[in-house]
Amino acid sequence: MDGFAHQIIAGIATGGIYASVALALVMIYQATHHVNFAQGEMATLSTFIAWSMVEAGFPYWIAFAATVMLSFLIGVLVERLLMRPVQNAPVLTHVGVFIGLLLIVGNMTGWIFGYTTKVYPSPFTSSGPLMGGLISAHELGSTAVTLVVLTLVFLFFRYTSLGLAMRAAAYNPRSARLVGIRVGWMLALGWGLAAAIGAVAGMMVAPVVFLDPSMMTGILLYAFAGALIGGIDNPLGAVIGGFAVGVLENLAGAYVVGTELKLTVALAIIIGVLVVRPSGLLGRVVTSRV
Amino acid sequence: MSASENVAIPATIPQAVPVRRGMPAWQVALVVLGGLVVAIAPAFVLESFPLFQLTMAVIMGLAVLGLNMVTGFSGQISLGHGAFFALGAYATAILMSHLDWSFWATLPVSAVVCGLVGYGIGFPALRLGGLYLALTTFSLAVAVPQILKHKSIEDWTGGVQGLFLVKPDAPSWLPVALTPDQWMYFVAVAVAGICFLLCWNLIRGRIGRALMATRDHQTAAEAMGMDTATLKTRAFAVSAMVTGIAGSLSAVAVEFVAPDSFSLMVSITLFVGMVVGGVASILGSLFGGLFVLFVPNIAEAISKAAPGVIYGILLIAFLFILPDGFAGLLRRVAGRLRGRG
Repeated sequence: MDGFAHQIIAGIATGGIYASVALALVMIYQATHHVNFAQGEMATLSTFIAWSMVEAGFPYWIAFAATVMLSFLIGVLVERLLMRPVQNAPVLTHVGVFIGLLLIVGNMTGWIFGYTTKVYPSPFTSSGPLMGGLISAHELGSTAVTLVVLTLVFLFFRYTSLGLAMRAAAYNPRSARLVGIRVGWMLALGWGLAAAIGAVAGMMVAPVVFLDPSMMTGILLYAFAGALIGGIDNPLGAVIGGFAVGVLENLAGAYVVGTELKLTVALAIIIGVLVVRPSGLLGRVVTSRV
Repeated sequence: MSASENVAIPATIPQAVPVRRGMPAWQVALVVLGGLVVAIAPAFVLESFPLFQLTMAVIMGLAVLGLNMVTGFSGQISLGHGAFFALGAYATAILMSHLDWSFWATLPVSAVVCGLVGYGIGFPALRLGGLYLALTTFSLAVAVPQILKHKSIEDWTGGVQGLFLVKPDAPSWLPVALTPDQWMYFVAVAVAGICFLLCWNLIRGRIGRALMATRDHQTAAEAMGMDTATLKTRAFAVSAMVTGIAGSLSAVAVEFVAPDSFSLMVSITLFVGMVVGGVASILGSLFGGLFVLFVPNIAEAISKAAPGVIYGILLIAFLFILPDGFAGLLRRVAGRLRGRG
């Protein structure tokens, strides 16, 4: 029974990471109706930037903050340089640009930082076992960070005028433009925010899985699954979905299919959700006029 | 001769008038002959390693053609065609190494297996438009090596170690003695040639037009009485079949299959090949195959990571500058030349 409880709690901890990445995906989806295949690679690059700052002797939280800001800028730049010129192109072009971005960012990371796995420090340490040894300090800390990020995002969208403008730009670009919102910049901001959230997720997961250029590929998949379970247009749903996938993955890995098929669990979730209930559990059912 | 004979033909029945647009017959013959020479010559001119590379380029071209059938012509974005490539390769490898089948006998089996699986995947794909299908097939591509490594099928797949095969020898009845490498090249060219011809035939006819109509405007196509669901699932089946056959060829050409050679990168490579060669272009697929084989080789001289970076940059550059790929560029150049002449 203790083992079972530990699996669930470990699942919640990894689920927090999935929830952050899922949130980043949903943010971009809401703003642009795109799913960014390169989200994982961008987060990995951010984590490597943070790693090199920590290695260079910066205190952890300074490196953390600098990385988040830098990632935000990278996200904005990507939208301005790559996505804006093709915003009216067919879906195939968008998918192609995402794949191109994935290739460039992923391989550049390997090129610059090398392919050997690196140890990334965790800011959370404890002197004794927590909750009777059920949870590690890092699991507790990263879950807390995830929840803080989610709360901040929620507050930003709910209570600031910039957040309102971004929601307006996503919901109805034409009307938003008519009332003076710069829709193009709102999209870029959305990309920046998503990149920043992805960076946080990367820095939280790196101490667990070790840092290497392909660290996020699997995580991206779980995040997709989480976002889809919750409904790809619903941030809260994505968060809940992310946690659910974390627990599900851990339980399935421990008791049903073994660790070798964990990714296949994500695949099964994705296909299952898309076929049975494409709008997710909490998403809006979209009916379109043809 | 007499007027009455002419009158006997009712005016309402359209006569089958052979319309030949473009080249006269002798030019067609010249092109075919030239094509044959270009196809055959490398086997006798090239050393064995460049010949092997060319063989692989032809095989990759065939795999790209498969992807083009579903993504280019039918408009269903697949980022997971590496899975069919792997399926075809493993079908051939398992039959050859466990059951001692000859290579030729495994080809139809691999085609049927891949076609059936593709048909099966075509059904959930119907419900997933554009981006969602790309996402699902993307996750399929990520999961493939894990599935291949799994213990329950290890007895058949050889697990992480994979399976070793032997290239078929050239048959003894040939007038010229061929090395296995030369023979493999001819096998690849012949199989690919037949598949290209069949796909070309399929696309330029009624079915091809129906596919493209469905891709361009599904509602209009439905209103015209086309069964879009059947068309799309069958396009998926054909596509999977062609890519699977390419996988079979690659298994014997490389003489080895292992889970880690069918990573996400294979699917991405096919996608890059399709975009660079030309989306919805039969001949473009062949350019795509040449591109994905030779460009990484050149780039690898710079750094291990360089092929990926260069792929990515070229992919985006093509999407921005030449969205209809290399084939589109050729078409435009040819059009301009003809316009001047």
